[in-house]
Amino acid sequence: MNEDASARLSRRRLLTGAVGLGAAGLGGAAMAGRALAGNADNLPPHVPEWTRTLGDGVGVRAYGQPSKFEKHVVRRDVQWLTASRESSVSFTPLHELDGIITPNGLCFERHHGGIAEIDPQDHRLIVHGLTDKALMLTLADLKRFPRVNRIHFLECAANSGMEWRGAQLNGCQYTHGMVHCVQYTGVPLKLILEEAGLKPNAKWILAEGADASAMTRSLPLAKALDDCLVATRMNGEMLRPEQGYPVRLVVPGWEGNMWVKWLRRLEVGDQPWQVREETSKYTDLLPDGRARRFTFVMDAKSVITSPSPQAPVAAKGFLVISGLAWSGRGTVRRVDVSLDGGRNWREAKIDGPVLDKACVRFYAETEWNGEELLLQSRAIDDTGYVQPTKDDLRKIRGTNSIYHNNGIQTWRVAPSGEVENVEVG
Amino acid sequence: MAVSCAETSPSAAADITDIGHCRGALPLPDGERVGVRRLGRSRGRFPLTPALSPTGRGSRPRVGRCIASIVSATIVTMALFSSSPSFAQDKAAAPRKFNIGRVATPQEISGWDIDVRPDGQGLPDGKGSVADGEEIYMAKCAACHGEFGEGAGRWPVLASGKGTLKSDDPVKTVGSYFPYAASVFDYVRHAMPFGDAQSLTNDELYAVTAYVLNLNDIVPEDFVLSKETFGNIKMPNAGGFYDDDRETAEKAFWNPKPCMSDCKPPVKVTARARVIDVTPEDAKGRPGAD
Repeated sequence: MNEDASARLSRRRLLTGAVGLGAAGLGGAAMAGRALAGNADNLPPHVPEWTRTLGDGVGVRAYGQPSKFEKHVVRRDVQWLTASRESSVSFTPLHELDGIITPNGLCFERHHGGIAEIDPQDHRLIVHGLTDKALMLTLADLKRFPRVNRIHFLECAANSGMEWRGAQLNGCQYTHGMVHCVQYTGVPLKLILEEAGLKPNAKWILAEGADASAMTRSLPLAKALDDCLVATRMNGEMLRPEQGYPVRLVVPGWEGNMWVKWLRRLEVGDQPWQVREETSKYTDLLPDGRARRFTFVMDAKSVITSPSPQAPVAAKGFLVISGLAWSGRGTVRRVDVSLDGGRNWREAKIDGPVLDKACVRFYAETEWNGEELLLQSRAIDDTGYVQPTKDDLRKIRGTNSIYHNNGIQTWRVAPSGEVENVEVG
Repeated sequence: MAVSCAETSPSAAADITDIGHCRGALPLPDGERVGVRRLGRSRGRFPLTPALSPTGRGSRPRVGRCIASIVSATIVTMALFSSSPSFAQDKAAAPRKFNIGRVATPQEISGWDIDVRPDGQGLPDGKGSVADGEEIYMAKCAACHGEFGEGAGRWPVLASGKGTLKSDDPVKTVGSYFPYAASVFDYVRHAMPFGDAQSLTNDELYAVTAYVLNLNDIVPEDFVLSKETFGNIKMPNAGGFYDDDRETAEKAFWNPKPCMSDCKPPVKVTARARVIDVTPEDAKGRPGAD
């Protein structure tokens, strides 16, 4: 988050004060909405209109789009968060998705100077600094290198940053939607650095974007040589403009701000650059007034995506609770789910791939008979790290740190099936 | 790969499982009915081309021709090479060189290499005074950041905030938070003015940085900032940062046996987002709400 969003919360509280009406409207239609049928003439025993007429032929939809009935599945933003939409964020609609792969058009956006629309013919990547030679690469050059395919989550360091001082936004899209998980195709950064040749005193890399903010971040050389990619593709197709077309850095498990989009330059140096985004931003202010810096790794985290405030419970009876978990330290080993606000836990079932620094999908089954639920999930990764409660985090970090809020989320399921964002104690 | 050709007949499936791409070269059918009638439902709906099935015989001979055409095409292709192609070998010892790309010239690099480090590396020639900086700031920065760096609306506050970092409302500015003056210069050089990035001259960059430092009482009004004077600047919060220590400070989060039952007394709801009511009221956020 460019702005100190959690700090703003206190001001908003003063402005709004009493119980709001907006949230009531959000949940009011919870169960009733599902009973509404569109057109009875399409229901049995009638023959529906899409059976009686021919549909579009091939070629009409040269680049396929989701059904017109899925128009509500979109990224959303929170306008009061930032001063402008060019330096702002939009959130992944996690509550509408399943599995582990985020569709390209739904991956959250975070821009600092708007979306750069780059003509790939005019894009260049320069590699220089403490190298044997300065290298100039075209996109065609990049595509000639050996490439690999890796599925990784990307989480903004400020994901859940608005929740430090308490439950604030009603929807996992807003509380947790600055994360996505796609398959990248790219060149190992190691190969590109070695093509230029590293000097013995090389220790850090500066990555720079070609957008209107010319985003820069310093990256330790050890990470650069370990698992970073210079990616051109996501989920098979070329990167979307919002995600850095035609070239972005992939820094698995580390905060999203470091995954520089529209990558135009890699400078090799012997110390960090201490740029604005790693000093005045993306540092974690603690209660003693000092701040942690270079907090690159995203700790283990999970969230129940359904039910959640935007995805209320549809019916009494059998209920599948579903969510996402991830860890920047490795793989997710286990996810536990609680129905009673963290008093009792049971292990959820992880279904689908369990990959290094990637999202996993978990499910827990229950029978729901209209009683109040306080749903929580906690991720445990293969280093033994257990996702902490929000209060455990606050005990150490206070409420001013904005970034790296991986505390356990609580959703309250009301007897009506409505779901709301709450804190418990 | 095997989807279509393998469907031609069950008996043929075993030996044609790898030639599905053969089918990809076939033209689309003129009419679905024709294809079905001629070739039979089990074979798929696309007729084979006349070239591949001149006699209109059964599926197995056609498949055989399909393989044969691939084999002959491969032989022809290979014959075009003057020497045998081979796979590149991984060499474990020295870093691999691919000889891809070309050398970037110093002139090309100079236009993009605009970063500045705290040790002064990257600082350009030039200089700028607080007074000159005020003029530029008022024209190009004050609309968002305020005349005194107080910030307009939600745009970043640049000045004040000293002594607030431990409070409930920390104000993080150049004076109260930035550990290095270089970060200011570097950032302005990269990204400011917002929407007109990389438009300031080096003298203007020095001047505007000097003015922002002066707004924070870090340099006096008669100060002139340059490569030579940069090293004299002392930032108030330079000592306010330390490296990530989560693995020690938060060691308790690595817990081999997290509690599974009766972990605490029954809990109560202590806070609710709906009371704060700042969630966007997006009616279309719900299915069927169009």
